[in-house]
Amino acid sequence: MSGNQIVFIVLAAIACIGAAGVVVFGDNPVRSALFLVLNFFVLGFLYFTLGAQLLGISQILVYAGAIMVLFLFVIMMLQQQSAFLRSTESDGRGPIAWLLGATMFMTVGAAVLAPLGGVTGSPILDTFGTPQSIGKVLFTGYAWPFLISSVLLLVGIVGSILLAKRKF
Amino acid sequence: MGTDIPLVWYLVTALFMFVMGGIGVVVRRNPVVVFMCIELMLNATNLTFLAFARYQIASAQTPEAALQAAMSGQMMVIFVMAVAAAEVAVGLGIIMAIFRLKNEAGLDDMSTMRG
Repeated sequence: MSGNQIVFIVLAAIACIGAAGVVVFGDNPVRSALFLVLNFFVLGFLYFTLGAQLLGISQILVYAGAIMVLFLFVIMMLQQQSAFLRSTESDGRGPIAWLLGATMFMTVGAAVLAPLGGVTGSPILDTFGTPQSIGKVLFTGYAWPFLISSVLLLVGIVGSILLAKRKF
Repeated sequence: MGTDIPLVWYLVTALFMFVMGGIGVVVRRNPVVVFMCIELMLNATNLTFLAFARYQIASAQTPEAALQAAMSGQMMVIFVMAVAAAEVAVGLGIIMAIFRLKNEAGLDDMSTMRG
């Protein structure tokens, strides 16, 4: 077992613990959010191991930073007031959900992952995840999707302000 | 610079995260936690996109084709991130609006559109 593999296993184990913690400790949304921060942060390092530097950085900045701050902010504002965040009765659908999840894991694992078993790393371009190469592709071949996503973000800004200011 | 990590390891990690997110959406009745589980599923697909972009299975004929194939996965991840950011802002706004509308509600009580 090489050093790369050991690093991957440690990172993946932490990511899986984070993912499981989000669901298992969901009674308390703050704990759940902190497990999600752990997962997103380690996921950024998994992107680094794939050679995608820019995306790893933006994963940590956008997800572990901005989005999770938003989540914790909303939890903080809601939690003072009510039992809104503590409605956790599962009325018997818990075991079924876990069973279906395990079934999905094994089905997809057997059907999709088995044929890919022998695939290991191919020699890849040096410029795989650098900002230069991503910028070059993003502003040429993907210019239209880039512009459309900027319009989507604008709609998101206006929509969230509208939702926040509206009197019901 | 190739790595000796099999592709399947990344896919199993992503599959585990996706399944955990799916279970959480079904099990948890708390709207914020359900939302977090959806984010978890989005990130699992992001990891899959990146892993497939890095380990190109079909061998590309020319360097340009290889670059195109490697970049399209990363472009997808960028757009998923942008859409997820917009989705979180609007979704949490909706949750706050629902909370203000009816002061105490779980996900199961939001059934006014049930036929």
